Amino acid sequence: MRVSAIITLKKDVLDPQGKVIHQALDGMGFKDVNEVRQGKYFEIDVKENDPQKAKSLVEDMCKKLLANLVIENYKIIETQ
Amino acid sequence: MKSSVITFPGSNCDRDIDVALNKFGFKNKMVWHDDNELPKSDLVVLPGGFSYGDYLRCGSMASKSKIMKSVINFAKSGGLVMGICNGFQILVETGLVPGVLLRNKYLEFICKNVFVKVDNKENPFFKNLDKDVFEFHIAHNEGNYFCTNDQLKEIEDNNQVAVYYCDNNGKTSENFNPNGSTSNIAGVFNKEKNVLGMMPHPERMIDQCLSGEDGSIFFKNLINNIK
Repeated sequence: MRVSAIITLKKDVLDPQGKVIHQALDGMGFKDVNEVRQGKYFEIDVKENDPQKAKSLVEDMCKKLLANLVIENYKIIETQ
Repeated sequence: MKSSVITFPGSNCDRDIDVALNKFGFKNKMVWHDDNELPKSDLVVLPGGFSYGDYLRCGSMASKSKIMKSVINFAKSGGLVMGICNGFQILVETGLVPGVLLRNKYLEFICKNVFVKVDNKENPFFKNLDKDVFEFHIAHNEGNYFCTNDQLKEIEDNNQVAVYYCDNNGKTSENFNPNGSTSNIAGVFNKEKNVLGMMPHPERMIDQCLSGEDGSIFFKNLINNIK
């Protein structure tokens, strides 16, 4: 089963890359942007077929490796 | 005095720190990341570099490598552990020292000499140093120290800040902060002060002909403190 996780920076953590991307978009004419925050996206194919169990497995991975909870939040977004 | 330097795939300051430790009297052993057992050591050093190509987050993969279980046990039983640059990033990822290291504020790799002020000498690393301001070298892309406000309060209350970025007189201000670090922090201890993580490289300052001698002062003092 495929489970996806999105890792984003917490709100009060500075994201200089997001800022530069915002500036670049602005320079390209995309004037209606309030803010850009850059994150990470993982697609993980696990052997588990039970959706709940698969999600909690990936959640465990997020807590232990994929995200650093001091600065990042994670969201398990979909299962297929 | 025995020391161990851990080499991870992508470490590139492991040989430098080996030279420095041997020069000032340590009997140093190089230890591969995939080993299980740490040799008997008075000091363990996690060197600078780009372990695992800085994949995922700097230091995150290395913090889960086999040898780190022994290093974490060694640290938790009171052994002295020092992480320099990428070693500091590995230490924060293990949770042995608080905070994280983000990308530098202006998104540039910084490679230059800086001055740092030793804040706390009540620990085996800096005890008996007869000066406070040191000129060390930094070379990093992710050295922007960050912690939450609650963590910062705890770190300051426990005197866990090891070194601050400053000018040559020891004045700390935003002007001398190379990378955007919270409160100019260049290095921190764990609560017990037996684990030190810092971005500056003392091992690059051990020869007057090449750079400077402030690293020599640090290492000479360190081995005397451990003896």
